[in-house]
Amino acid sequence: MEGHLNLTLKIWRQKNANTAGKFETYQVSGISTDMSFLEMIDVLNNRLIEEGDDPVAFDHDCREGICGMCSMYINGRPHGPNRGVTTCQLHMRSFQDGETITVEPWRASAFPVIKDLVVNRSSFDRIIAAGGFVSVNTGNAQDANNLPIAKDDADEAFAAAACIGCGACVAACKNASAMLFTSAKISQLALLPQGKAEASKRAQAMVAQMDEEGFGACSNTGACEAECPKGISLENIARMNREYFSATFSSK
Amino acid sequence: MTKLDAKIPEGNLAEKWTKFRSSVSLVNPANKRSLEIIVVGSGLAGASAAASLAELGYKVKVFCFQDSPRRAHSIAAQGGINAAKNYQNDGDSVYRLFYDTIKGGDYRAREANVHRLAEVSGSIIDQCVAQGVPFAREYGGLLSNRSFGGTQVQRTFYAAGQTGQQLLLGAYSALQRQVGMGNVKLYTRHEMLDVVTIEGKARGIIARDSVTGALERHFGHAVLLCTGGYGNVFYLSTNAMGSNVTAAWKAHKKGAFFANPCYTQIHPTCIPVSGDHQSKLTLMSESLRNDGRIWVPKKQNDTRKANEIPEDERDYYLERRYPAFGNLVPRDIASRAAKERCDAGYGVGASKMAVYLDYAAAIIRYGKGEANKNNMHNPSDEEIQAMGKAVVKEKYGNLFDMYKQITGEDPYEVPMRIYPAVHYTMGGLWVDYNLMTTVPGLYALGEANFSDHGANRLGASALMQGLADGYFVIPYTIGAYLASEIRTPAMSTDSEDFVAAEKAVRDRLETLMNIKGTKPVDYFHKRLGKIMWDECGMARSEEGLKASIKEIQALQKEFWSDVKIPGEIDNLNPELEKAGRVADFLELGELMCIDALDRNESCGGHFRTEYQTEDGEALRDDENYAYVAAWEFAGPSKFNLHKEELKYENIKIAQRSYK
Repeated sequence: MEGHLNLTLKIWRQKNANTAGKFETYQVSGISTDMSFLEMIDVLNNRLIEEGDDPVAFDHDCREGICGMCSMYINGRPHGPNRGVTTCQLHMRSFQDGETITVEPWRASAFPVIKDLVVNRSSFDRIIAAGGFVSVNTGNAQDANNLPIAKDDADEAFAAAACIGCGACVAACKNASAMLFTSAKISQLALLPQGKAEASKRAQAMVAQMDEEGFGACSNTGACEAECPKGISLENIARMNREYFSATFSSK
Repeated sequence: MTKLDAKIPEGNLAEKWTKFRSSVSLVNPANKRSLEIIVVGSGLAGASAAASLAELGYKVKVFCFQDSPRRAHSIAAQGGINAAKNYQNDGDSVYRLFYDTIKGGDYRAREANVHRLAEVSGSIIDQCVAQGVPFAREYGGLLSNRSFGGTQVQRTFYAAGQTGQQLLLGAYSALQRQVGMGNVKLYTRHEMLDVVTIEGKARGIIARDSVTGALERHFGHAVLLCTGGYGNVFYLSTNAMGSNVTAAWKAHKKGAFFANPCYTQIHPTCIPVSGDHQSKLTLMSESLRNDGRIWVPKKQNDTRKANEIPEDERDYYLERRYPAFGNLVPRDIASRAAKERCDAGYGVGASKMAVYLDYAAAIIRYGKGEANKNNMHNPSDEEIQAMGKAVVKEKYGNLFDMYKQITGEDPYEVPMRIYPAVHYTMGGLWVDYNLMTTVPGLYALGEANFSDHGANRLGASALMQGLADGYFVIPYTIGAYLASEIRTPAMSTDSEDFVAAEKAVRDRLETLMNIKGTKPVDYFHKRLGKIMWDECGMARSEEGLKASIKEIQALQKEFWSDVKIPGEIDNLNPELEKAGRVADFLELGELMCIDALDRNESCGGHFRTEYQTEDGEALRDDENYAYVAAWEFAGPSKFNLHKEELKYENIKIAQRSYK
């Protein structure tokens, strides 16, 4: 049932990439527990506008947990305290009256801050551009049912394909590694017969791009899996390593 | 009045597209390399078009306002994509998909376009599977199908409740492959703020880099708008926060006619509004109507909890009114029926503006089915419940989780509460058979155009249309125009026309920043949304529409004198972006009301209370309104109507019945 909260917010404010940032403290009151976290920020922003201040910049779009655009680091955890949800699906009923909530952007050198809570994640697009596809032009395809795929393989590929590219895995990792993101795409395509032909080449190219972007190494802590809003499994990283090493050993 | 030429090829319906493809002008590979195409928007239509055109050899630039093309709102489509594969051997065919779409659209769509859509639908599934899109499969390894509203066959392909996501990621992968190969240049966090026309042809765009605020001029031999629909004119909708009409509206002001703006789809199964703070509405996929039963109490203002209301005191009103299609009637009909019950005092929940979507019967049915499969002869109720819930979880788990996340209620235990919400817009930029607008060289694809869904879109057909336009239509039809452009060299963006277009954009942004009024942008957007929802939503009347037009005009004036935009023009400024979009919505909203007022009939999503049958169904007037209303911009608050007559040569036009 609906209740109302009074909260203290400590929010990272940073004018642009070239300026140092710092925390600012704000009080908000009468926050409905039915609100989403982003709607609570909307309330704060409309007040800041009315008071003549610059509102807090943050990324968001679909607000239904699927586009991967929202990206807040809340009380030390990407997408906040609940497992398996994005910030836009986090509701205020998960917080207590009187609580202090700290909100930061994703922290990673490969995700430079653009403003306040907005970061640049175009490095993810470049990793996909390096090899996250099946090389098939429009019009080349055979009839879809000519290629039966065992349901278990299809389901496993689907589980890896559920990644929304939000970057929580990178934000959660002490090394700012992008292994979970990269491995999810490599796994999805390696599990399917359509993607097998270029599986080795894909793994090498995507890993090389990941390294070039400045993401850190994986030390198997598992924070990425724990914080992933879509439950992408660590097994994908093991599968990626298999693909990568078999590609390296067999390379000519 | 100019006559609109839809350029529909001659010949039998079933042969038009084949003949067109064999006779349309081609551009040779060497010439393609020197032709530049601008694609605005990176959803299903934009990403598939950009990838396919780049594969053909054209030089492509893609623009999106989000931080990555993968964020486009196609990603949020849940239920599925239709295709006339007839894999289920249940009598499907290209003709049936064509027929269902025309009928579902309440006989207000163009026959030739819809038939082409049905023809290419199968190739879309083939293409997506080849890309590695993980569609749902049966144990034998073949593709699985389910049903959607308005059809009696199973032709919907799906990937759990995330079909749009998987299809978009497939198109995005194809797009990124071309980016990696250097054939596409990507401009993210860029918003298109005008079309540049030179000697009557579209020759480029003005875009704003959202991060730096810099205005940029980009040349293209052709410009493709793949910018989605305008449902956010209602403020609350299932669209993403950033979805907007600005690109299409700027094109409209540069000469592109806007067709059937009043055709709006209100989706019947959305999570109801919970309070004034609400920023958007969330859809619960139509696929839930495969197994869920919709009901309200038989007693008005019943305050009992759902589970306390016995079976014989429940009114399964869709099954009662429409026995042939039951809970799977098309969206417009299901939405109006829910509104009718709630308006009559039978609504449920705190707001009384909701109906139940109940899975109790499905859980028992599936539970018993599992018991049979496992040879359990006397299963207990608990066992049936547990097994039934497991099946429902496999089919709809992510949707049930989302419902619980948003409402705090567990839909496995209590019925979901749902209410209609704005979801899709059938109207859009008028295009001919080639998907070209009334501005030469300017195209509109996907939801941004008007062409395929008539007055009501069937479920799982938006994904089909977006990908059909991008993968299989535009690569052919654009040749008809570009073949005559091979002698046009790339133009300098220092020309007078580009400079003037950029200056107009800059002036408008500065005007907005300098208003320095008292109210945030959202204040105006919410007020516009309320006018539109009350008077141009599920039920419209002459009186209400006339009053709304005046109210919107007054609101436009208030906006331009009292909006308050913080921040700077040359920095990331989400409020400035929103202000520009809401200014355009304020003009579009007016045109939607004008169009709704002009159409003195009810059809599909457009329901005029004056025109209904005795039992409350939409009453069409085919004699006077079997046309596409294409509006020409003729100055502030001034729009001229052009009509494209709709001819039905292959379908007998009839009163739509789902009874």
